[in-house]
Amino acid sequence: MINSLLIEGIDVQTWTYILVGLTFSLYIVIAIWSRASSTKEFYVAGGGVSPWANGMATAADWMSAASFIGMAGIISFAGYDGAVYLMGWTGGYVLLALLLAPYLRKFGKFTVPDFIGDRYYSKTARIVAVFCALLVSFTYVSGQMQGVGIVFSRFLEVDYNTGVIIGVFIVLFYAVLGGMKGITYTQVAQYCVLIFAFMVPAIFISIQMTGNPIPQLGFGSELADGSGTYLLDKLDGLSTELGFAEYTQGSKSLIDVFAITLALMVGTAGLPHVIIRFFTVKRVRDARKSAGIALLLIVVLYSTAPAVAVFARTNLIETVSDKPYDDMPQWFKKWETTGLIAFDDKNNDGLIQYVADTKENELMVNRDIMVLANPEIAKLPNWVIALVAAGGLAAALSTAAGLLLVISSSVSHDLIKKVFNPKISEKGELVAARLSAVGAVTVAGYFGINPPGFVAAVVALAFGLAAASFFPAIVLGIFYKRMNKEGAIAGMIVGITAMGLYILKFKFGVFDGGLDAVAGLKKDWWFGISPEGFGSIAMALNFIVSIVIMQFTKEPPEDVQEIVENIRIPSGATKALDH
Amino acid sequence: MSSNKNAKAYWRENIRYVLILLSIWFLVSYGAGIIFKDALNSIRIGGFKLGFWFAQQGSMYVFVILIFIYVRLMNKLDKKYGYDK
Repeated sequence: MINSLLIEGIDVQTWTYILVGLTFSLYIVIAIWSRASSTKEFYVAGGGVSPWANGMATAADWMSAASFIGMAGIISFAGYDGAVYLMGWTGGYVLLALLLAPYLRKFGKFTVPDFIGDRYYSKTARIVAVFCALLVSFTYVSGQMQGVGIVFSRFLEVDYNTGVIIGVFIVLFYAVLGGMKGITYTQVAQYCVLIFAFMVPAIFISIQMTGNPIPQLGFGSELADGSGTYLLDKLDGLSTELGFAEYTQGSKSLIDVFAITLALMVGTAGLPHVIIRFFTVKRVRDARKSAGIALLLIVVLYSTAPAVAVFARTNLIETVSDKPYDDMPQWFKKWETTGLIAFDDKNNDGLIQYVADTKENELMVNRDIMVLANPEIAKLPNWVIALVAAGGLAAALSTAAGLLLVISSSVSHDLIKKVFNPKISEKGELVAARLSAVGAVTVAGYFGINPPGFVAAVVALAFGLAAASFFPAIVLGIFYKRMNKEGAIAGMIVGITAMGLYILKFKFGVFDGGLDAVAGLKKDWWFGISPEGFGSIAMALNFIVSIVIMQFTKEPPEDVQEIVENIRIPSGATKALDH
Repeated sequence: MSSNKNAKAYWRENIRYVLILLSIWFLVSYGAGIIFKDALNSIRIGGFKLGFWFAQQGSMYVFVILIFIYVRLMNKLDKKYGYDK
């Protein structure tokens, strides 16, 4: 009794400081305990990580601030269309497990450009790969730093910039000290924090709304109010009443849903920070198994997100629609001050009209609020609200650290060691790796504080680029022995260029007079495919160009063909090759 | 069997598994979740329309199962061809 009084007496702010403080200290303790002492430890955690630890680390690595804070919100506004993210960001793991991970593990080097450079016996191929890896990772990491800043400024009333700087120092500490080894074990802890923080509110709300403690079943159940109506039917009804598309139908065209899902799946399988996680396990069979474990752990969150989306959307509509503004609960006022919710009483009736028609709609809701404010909307205890902050930070930091490692190893290993200064000593390379990590964190922090306006737009580019460049080059490298450097390089360059031009044209309106022209260009989309989905076309172009060019050029040297035969077999060592 | 022949036979069986599993991967997500969504939506399981359920829940579950099936199949295959050491 006294205990529960004590717990209830603590306000959200204090709870947030306690939970964030505890989790941050945990990360630092782990980092000190798992320092890296060799380049092998720095790049691939010594290569002896267990499948379960790697699965958890991969899951945390993969689930970013966008998955934790953003995804459920996006789905709750997109309805059925949100499936592109759910299927796209999970289905890629099947490709990864069946087509890439086991072979890359057998190949047994440190980075993705390592594979491209060796398999295609070419420095040019390696440099093209480094360029893609850096572009994809920098794009991504600045988004993570922004996530850190947002969580700090909203939950801790710390200035946004201070929040980013605190985040920079934490990541700096464990990424620079521990390299992949430190990152792996902090990510294991971060997975636990973020999944707990995501599931607790979801379970509470599911019980409240449907009486079912399992959110995945709850959102397909009847409402707990005894009306006998299914939750999804109710939401479909509410949505159409207000002029929105029916929730379970969505509004994107079939071909676009298809293309975006494919681009995200293939992009996921081609993202370097995900791929390198599979270099850290001991054997080929561990790589397969840990891909399965990673997806299982990811699906725990991803299958809950659409349930949260439905709960939050229904709650929101019921709380605000046609209700007097003066009667709004406290959370509404609180989030109004952050600008995430804005009310403009256009017809001066004091009621909130929340409708699809932009001329009559009076309420602006930021999508992020669906996760951030969800526990408050559902009137959950203070510690649960604080938990969301700790979870969001865990998600952002774990992904940021994984990306920083890709950046630093691309610079120290692929550029310095393999291109500019092959004679560098082991010690020198380790110092270079640490310095590159410091440089990368600094740049990421800078982008976090001065976010380039195009961050949201370039996330599509990150997936598209990975889909258009790495995925075909790696898959052909493994499954098509005859594929040569001319084909692979031409394919990657055509893929990236096509993707880049499409984004510049349809996302930035570069060729038609700037951003204002973007909306009008929609009718010119090729086959009705959005820039987000174009990665699948660019990928197909890469495959076609690679195969055509290959027909007219020399087949790869004997020793390279031997590497291919060798990586297809799970046992035995890979022959070292130096080109 | 020479080691070369052994490796070729292993690879062929592996490719067969991959093709079968990827067809299922394609059918549940692009098939049930996207192309045939509207048709499947006339079937309901509790509050879920089936096409919607495949898109937002079912395909993810199938993906996880597919990977674990592949893990099992390949572990057996490794043993059969003596690549498990």
